[in-house]
Amino acid sequence: FLCRCRYLAVQLSPAIPVFAAVLFLFAMATLLRTSFSDPGVIPRALPDEAAFIEMEIEATNGTVPQGQRPPPRIKNFQINNQIVKLKYCYTCKIFRPPRASHCSICDNCVERFDHHCPWVGNCVGKRNYRYFYLFILSLSLLTIYIFTFNIVYVALSCSWSLTFLTVLEVLICFFTLWSVVGLTGFHTFLVALNQTTNEDIKGSWTGKNRVQNPYSHGNVVKNCCEVLCGPLPPSVLDRRGILQQEEST
Amino acid sequence: ALQVHSLQELRRSASLATKVFVQRDYSDGTTCQFQTKFPPELESRIERHLFEETVKTLNGFYAEAEKIGGSSYLEGCLACTTAYFIFLCMETHYEKVLKKISKYIQEQNEKIYAPRGLL
Repeated sequence: FLCRCRYLAVQLSPAIPVFAAVLFLFAMATLLRTSFSDPGVIPRALPDEAAFIEMEIEATNGTVPQGQRPPPRIKNFQINNQIVKLKYCYTCKIFRPPRASHCSICDNCVERFDHHCPWVGNCVGKRNYRYFYLFILSLSLLTIYIFTFNIVYVALSCSWSLTFLTVLEVLICFFTLWSVVGLTGFHTFLVALNQTTNEDIKGSWTGKNRVQNPYSHGNVVKNCCEVLCGPLPPSVLDRRGILQQEEST
Repeated sequence: ALQVHSLQELRRSASLATKVFVQRDYSDGTTCQFQTKFPPELESRIERHLFEETVKTLNGFYAEAEKIGGSSYLEGCLACTTAYFIFLCMETHYEKVLKKISKYIQEQNEKIYAPRGLL
């Protein structure tokens, strides 16, 4: 595409490569922001709190005989007239808030867990979902833009002696377009319904006997606004703390 | 200054004491709210209504921080258009409310909880 820039700038308008550069920089910025920001990791329970919660659980369930694996610890809560089960996370020693999930790759519980994105190298959760969405949106716009202008270049230059590179570029653009635009469309659908990828895969809110999504406002615009423009809670990770010597339990 | 100094001293001794944890209240969704249920350990240490009032006020503050309205949308959109550089100059609405919350907690600690040895 860089090679075409000069041609397109001369033939059509110099704004074309400039806009492409702006889009590219925006996509890179959102990518870096998604990769390096805290997705909403819930820190491990401090030993005092873990002990307190264990005590509470034992009080409700009674002690389990030695050798038997204790049953999964579940607490029931009601949200907007629907029962929601809260699961206990054995690794983090906390009761996970609703919509949180434990990521085995990051080994952390993440609030409003969406998925772990290998391309971004980070979990996508409450705090970085909007950056992730902006990243895939800008990437798909960039891909469409480059694809269109490649076609325009081929059409304008009227040279049917297409080089191997041009064909390769068009093919790569096409397949990237297909996957990235598809992903963007999928996430737009999720944002409109205020669902996470995790919930969609598990089918938490779909199906005949399942309850409706209690977090959706019913209105597409309201859902979009809440997910993309809502207030951003600060990170609760203690990045600068020094790890205390762990006592063996 | 004398008050703050004594508060810090109390904090140091508090790390050796037993802790009571106030759990989250999820009845309103994933918003940050705390249960106003009175912990049995505090039965004889503090009046019930004082504790409940503290937690209710804190819940109100958190609800205000997470409130979705015209101003928070504007803040979000403005931040997006400036590629989030605007946060180098100003703090988010949430951070502003968090500052109010920590001031309130400090004040409650000084007035109500420290005199009862509940820091």
